[in-house]
Amino acid sequence: MQYLPNMFFALALIVGIGFFVMNIRKLFRNIKLGKDVNRTDKKPERLKNMIKIALGQSKMVRRPLSGFLHIIVYVGFVIINIEVLEIIIDGLFGTHRIFQGFLGDGFYGFLIATFEILATLVFVAVTVFWLRRNIANIKRFLSKEMKGWPKNDGNNILYFEMVLMSLFLIMNATDISFQQAGVGNPISQFLTPLFNSFSPEAIHTIERTTWWIHILGILVFLNYLYYSKHLHILLAFPNTYFANLNPKGQFTNLESVTNEVKLMMDPDADPYAMPEEGAEETVPEKFGASDVADLNWVQLLNAYTCTECGRCTSACPANLTGKELSPRKIMMDTRDRLEEVGKNIDANGGTFKDDGKQLLNDYISPEELWACTSCNACVEECPVNIDPLSIIMDMRRYLVMEESAAPQELNMMMTNIENNGAPWQYNQQDRLNWANEE
Amino acid sequence: MNVPTMADMMAQGKQPEVLFWVGAAGSYDDRAKKISRAFVKILHQANVDFAVLGTEESSTGDAAKRAGNEFLFQMQAMMNIEVLNGYEVKKIVTCDPHSFNTLKNEYPSLGGKYEVFHHTQFLQNLISEGRLKIDNTTLKGKRVTFHDPCYLGRANEVYESPRNLIKRLGVNLTEMKRNKSTALCCGAGGAQMFKDAEKGDKEINVLRTEEALETKPQIIATGCPYCNTMMTDGIKFKEKEAEVLVKDIAELIAEANNL
Repeated sequence: MQYLPNMFFALALIVGIGFFVMNIRKLFRNIKLGKDVNRTDKKPERLKNMIKIALGQSKMVRRPLSGFLHIIVYVGFVIINIEVLEIIIDGLFGTHRIFQGFLGDGFYGFLIATFEILATLVFVAVTVFWLRRNIANIKRFLSKEMKGWPKNDGNNILYFEMVLMSLFLIMNATDISFQQAGVGNPISQFLTPLFNSFSPEAIHTIERTTWWIHILGILVFLNYLYYSKHLHILLAFPNTYFANLNPKGQFTNLESVTNEVKLMMDPDADPYAMPEEGAEETVPEKFGASDVADLNWVQLLNAYTCTECGRCTSACPANLTGKELSPRKIMMDTRDRLEEVGKNIDANGGTFKDDGKQLLNDYISPEELWACTSCNACVEECPVNIDPLSIIMDMRRYLVMEESAAPQELNMMMTNIENNGAPWQYNQQDRLNWANEE
Repeated sequence: MNVPTMADMMAQGKQPEVLFWVGAAGSYDDRAKKISRAFVKILHQANVDFAVLGTEESSTGDAAKRAGNEFLFQMQAMMNIEVLNGYEVKKIVTCDPHSFNTLKNEYPSLGGKYEVFHHTQFLQNLISEGRLKIDNTTLKGKRVTFHDPCYLGRANEVYESPRNLIKRLGVNLTEMKRNKSTALCCGAGGAQMFKDAEKGDKEINVLRTEEALETKPQIIATGCPYCNTMMTDGIKFKEKEAEVLVKDIAELIAEANNL
């Protein structure tokens, strides 16, 4: 009987982690639905980017208040994992504060004191975040894509962290031997008097209860990640590693188009030529993107990484002037559609069954796409190097090359380029006239 | 004005130091033509051996590409690359950040590899080589703010060369709230220049002009013909054309040097 808690703990751990791993595998599968793109070059530069941007939070602090608060929560999260490790060992082996004996009162006390202070700071930061999100009328939290689940999701995470931090402090406050040792309790010692009227048994029960809820809460939170924008705490790292390293203005030159254009411009090419015997028939792929499988895997990883913070949208000139486009919505739509496709695959035994829907039109409207000035403000702003612009461009390519659905004025502009070599209707022979005017 | 073409040069068996890529705006747009002429005056003053393609130049395809027409873009690119490579062009300078970006970043993988400069970078080099001097008395003390073009700034991280040139004019350079990497678009990029804006509650160029006006400038300096048009329109919309001028950096230098 005495091993029952240990066994229950091990079971909870296995179920919690097992479920998480199952979802992560699904995540990998969904990301791999995207087209291949090579992001394995320049490894040192990629690593540097990841260390600077994901680990070092360098782009977060561009907005000093939210950046600073985020760093507190982030550092708190990373460091408190040492405490979680202790809880796991204690839980599995039925020990109590195993690190205390192992590290000695002094160092252990120092560690736990740090955690207590961080937990308190995290609590404060998370409270400020909640106030900003719900009370302060900050425009980027009030956009129309932030209704319903996205709004609740943001708040759920904050409540979760408030509860977890409180549990940690109460757990310490009600640990009688820990309080008696008097090391590492700079915050919890002030909570201890709250329990003075309780019997020692009741205090012990509270300690055990908070201990259990704390660790079970962490396991639940771990599994909440997959369903939440909070997934960024894991994906920010690969996302910054695989981010585009080329100049932001450099758009991809579609290779499939290059082949066609070369053929068109080659005077020796025979347009009626049959493919050579045995040569692989090159069926021209779809130009541009109308659904998630037309995007590349980095764009899909981007979608899962997005935290919906809305810094992109708040910097977008189209959005600032009241137009339909919101780069954050582009990322949220891509993720929603990808999830839908993933569920479709699960429901149909591993293959996608046409559901008559796609990313274009069902999620993202042409009006949004045509409002973009391709100015890269959203790309520059993103704290984890997400590139909404590349998705917008790929979808414009689909609209123009597959559907011939550009706005009329753009069709005229393109006709002019084709006929006159300029977006305006001027004669190419007049191209040097400027030199002799004035 | 003496603007030699590559064809002339070739006929004389000469290869110029640099090709001036004028761009469609610089060739046809009345406002942008003035920028082309100002830049050529500076090139002459600095004794730069340059040439243009003239009637052999065609659209880089930037607007087509950003509108989503990759076919048209690549056709334009390949035609231009054939001409440029035919003349064995090595170095290109342009006053248009869109041409600059496309030639520099998007032509190489299609077979067009050149050293490409924005005119502000090129002029800055002329100064550091001692080939060009800027008179810092003509415009002395004027309040100037600089609007970063997206395709020069964020797209290629060129922030300093335009500012260094402006400072050499002896003017008082003041920054807008959004500047450099956080600058607001003028509203013309991504082929928006050639279409009506989507429905909204304001035009982007008006918002950007308001941001510029907050610095109480006498001159809004630009480094892009499209930004120039958008800011000029914004100033007209705000009925400030009597107080505020919109000028390309090349025009300011030409004016400072009495060209």
